[in-house]
Amino acid sequence: MKLVKVYVTLKPSVLDAQGEAIKSAIQTMDYDKVSAVHMGKYFELNFEDYPDLEKDIDAICDNLLTNPNIETYRYEILEAE
Amino acid sequence: MKFAVVNFPGSNCDMDLYYAIKDGIKEEAELVDYRQTSLEGFDGVLIPGGFSYGDYLRSGAIAVHAPIISEIVRFANEGRFVLGICNGFQILTELHLLPGALIQNEKSRFICETVTLQVMNDQTMFTNQYTKNEKIRIPVAHGEGRYYCDEQTLTELKANDQIVFRYNENVNGSVDQIAGVMNRQGNVLGMMPHPERALEDIVGSSDGLKLFQSIINQVRVNN
Repeated sequence: MKLVKVYVTLKPSVLDAQGEAIKSAIQTMDYDKVSAVHMGKYFELNFEDYPDLEKDIDAICDNLLTNPNIETYRYEILEAE
Repeated sequence: MKFAVVNFPGSNCDMDLYYAIKDGIKEEAELVDYRQTSLEGFDGVLIPGGFSYGDYLRSGAIAVHAPIISEIVRFANEGRFVLGICNGFQILTELHLLPGALIQNEKSRFICETVTLQVMNDQTMFTNQYTKNEKIRIPVAHGEGRYYCDEQTLTELKANDQIVFRYNENVNGSVDQIAGVMNRQGNVLGMMPHPERALEDIVGSSDGLKLFQSIINQVRVNN
């Protein structure tokens, strides 16, 4: 079994309104050294291991987990416990 | 003429649209469940506002995988009219029937107010009863209505006259103040504002009525 961790974030060209709101909240907490906050999404998917695994992960990310107009993703494949 | 109003789990403007057709323009309308697989017998399809699938993942992202969707795509490709309002617009961008995406408002606040729009293109099947640059009052109600597209897409939208409505004041931070866009062929329109909520002066505005009258007019001309 494989554990796939997928991280989705907005493209840099898209204003991250939530990230900006969180940043301003952090700054009101007096952590004034924080210069940027980006908010994204995190998914865990369990798979059986098979040769086309990465191809399928790419397709799932492209067609469902992300909107390629506004988001990018990266993932890591680990051994599931 | 018979309009399909597609009902997804979490749609909440389906009855508004249904009555916009039945009472507003006195045509036939029928609610179509998202599990249906045929739109046979309908002239066009309306995708209502709401929060399909609770806006899980992204607004409209899960609805794109519902059984009825392949019929909506067929209608779009065959040149029949497809109108998506609010969540319907989000679904149409997720389907890539319309360019761009709808993301969280610039000031991450849900906006619920009547706004002024400008009609940018009066030569469409959705706006032929308006005049170019006409200012109309239509309600908006969304948290994720900021239209986003990259610069190349924006250039194409302008070049092909696909920007149908703009906000008079940019209420949500949309690129180029875009409130509604159509596809290149001109038979698929998506817009965040709710024309179906502006059909009678008693509710504050009747400026939405002409949009539905435009569709009727165009279909009659074509037939």
